[in-house]
Amino acid sequence: MKNNNQHIILKTEDLSIGYTSKKAKTIVASNINIELHKGEFVGLIGANGIGKSTLIRTLTQVQAPLNGSIHLNKKNVVDYNPLDLAKVMSLVLTEQIASKNLSVFELVALGRQPYTNWVGNLSRNDIEIVDKALIQTNLCDLKTKKCFELSDGQLQKVMIARALAQDTDLIILDEPTTHLDMYHKAYILKLLQKLAKETNKTILFSSHEIDLAIQLCDKMIVMTDKEVVSDEPCNLIAKGTFETLFPKDLISFDETTGTFRVMN
Amino acid sequence: MSNKKTYHKSFIALLAILIFCFFINISLGSVSIPLKDIFNSLINNATEQETWQHIIQNYRLPKAITAIIVGSGLGISGLLMQTLFRNPLAGPFALGISSGASLGVALVILGSSFFGGVLASLFISKWGIVIAASLGSFLVLLAVLAVSIKVRDTMAILIIGLMFASITAAIVSVLSYFGSAEQLQQYIFWGFGSLGNLTWHDILILLFIYGLGIIISVLSIKPLNTLLLGENYAKSLGLNIKQSRLIIIIATSLLAGTITAFTGPIAFIGLAIPHITRQVFNTSNHKILLPAVFILGAIVMLICDSIAQLPNSDYTLPINAITSLIGAPVVIWLLVRKRKMVF
Repeated sequence: MKNNNQHIILKTEDLSIGYTSKKAKTIVASNINIELHKGEFVGLIGANGIGKSTLIRTLTQVQAPLNGSIHLNKKNVVDYNPLDLAKVMSLVLTEQIASKNLSVFELVALGRQPYTNWVGNLSRNDIEIVDKALIQTNLCDLKTKKCFELSDGQLQKVMIARALAQDTDLIILDEPTTHLDMYHKAYILKLLQKLAKETNKTILFSSHEIDLAIQLCDKMIVMTDKEVVSDEPCNLIAKGTFETLFPKDLISFDETTGTFRVMN
Repeated sequence: MSNKKTYHKSFIALLAILIFCFFINISLGSVSIPLKDIFNSLINNATEQETWQHIIQNYRLPKAITAIIVGSGLGISGLLMQTLFRNPLAGPFALGISSGASLGVALVILGSSFFGGVLASLFISKWGIVIAASLGSFLVLLAVLAVSIKVRDTMAILIIGLMFASITAAIVSVLSYFGSAEQLQQYIFWGFGSLGNLTWHDILILLFIYGLGIIISVLSIKPLNTLLLGENYAKSLGLNIKQSRLIIIIATSLLAGTITAFTGPIAFIGLAIPHITRQVFNTSNHKILLPAVFILGAIVMLICDSIAQLPNSDYTLPINAITSLIGAPVVIWLLVRKRKMVF
């Protein structure tokens, strides 16, 4: 267990996710048992409406689980205070940031907030970490640009750099490739894969880019209406998990190429 | 970093302008007083005429100080609201603070006939109005706060604040309908706003609460910067959203509530000063914005007041009208000339 690569960062036990209203519980998915290790690059895939977002929201503490528990670094997430949680888990969300008048450096530097003093002054160490995050994401040229001057792809890189600067063991990204063209989808996922390897951080992202995820991920979490499976992509292909992802009337999974094809 | 130096220069320039405006403001008035005597009276030396010293020390100086407090306080509360609600249209009054104050004052002035006789005259005293305005804005704010605990969406709170404003405005117009002409005039005069009615004693009280509001605002700089990312990101950075929201709203109400109570509603400053500051400094970092809004707000208010008192005449224009007349075109000009409204 002491082995670095075996160190478990995120673990869920019999997790059930969904919504509670006054009348009843709506269970979206249950019996979710996931283990993510240090430095793993993990993709979460599933059809629209299957509960990817609900799972992400539950893992990131936006909503409470219906049942079961989530452990981060062997500690139950409910036992974390908000500030300590911010030092272990950082997020890249689908929502737009409120102010785009921030410069790239300022925005990435906001990732240091859990570590700075009451007025948010950056220490030399903080600035070094921010600069390093900018280098790792190839953003040094854009450092002084305002966020409203950036393209979608550049902005996504900035948000990733911000999460890096937060210096957490786990980074969770909610659909980081939406709104991007084919090249930039591959670029962002490739970048994330590189970052997971270089920084030994665990990176979990949800996505619809199944073929890219199969090629790049160390592990994939596949949500179908029956179950939630997590395994290495090649094992999942062998088990035929991808066939069960979608209704079978329109597209089918081609095991040899690892892609979906439209049926004639 | 490289930016810091330019900010230093801008701040020194702004401070110089502030001091300049302060002296201009004191030297202008219905009675013309030579510059030399103004300086003399400020450092407590004898002036050529004793009345001049009296005018400056008991009338112009408190008014100038009030202008600084009002401009900086309303500007900062506007900045807090715009960041908290992530809405460039938010101001201290969007939360219903001014309408609450108006309601309180309307109840006292227009409703005094219902209370009758001795009680009425007690109510209409200056302190009666100050207390009524404070109570009114505080109560409306409590209502907004109570709602904000239930409603998670900040946009909804903003709309609820506007709804409260409509309700109070409606009650005020019903009261005006039944009020006498004299009462109506008194209420309308309060609505014009005035910086000149404060004694040194009033200023001390105002200064105390205002100071409290400023201190809380300064302590909120870091949460405010975090909120620039939006609430979900702020939460992921370990910020306690509910607590920060409460603290920021309290700071706003302390600043805007007391200022409105003492000077009447003063339009435009709270909304426009943060925008002008963002255009001038081209940043959204509250470590820069907060002091910049403070100084710019004070400058603009001093200028507005200097114009309102129509130098060398006996007339004083309603300050509320001047702030809008001067300020609104400035904002339009800035936005048209520079670029889109940054936030």
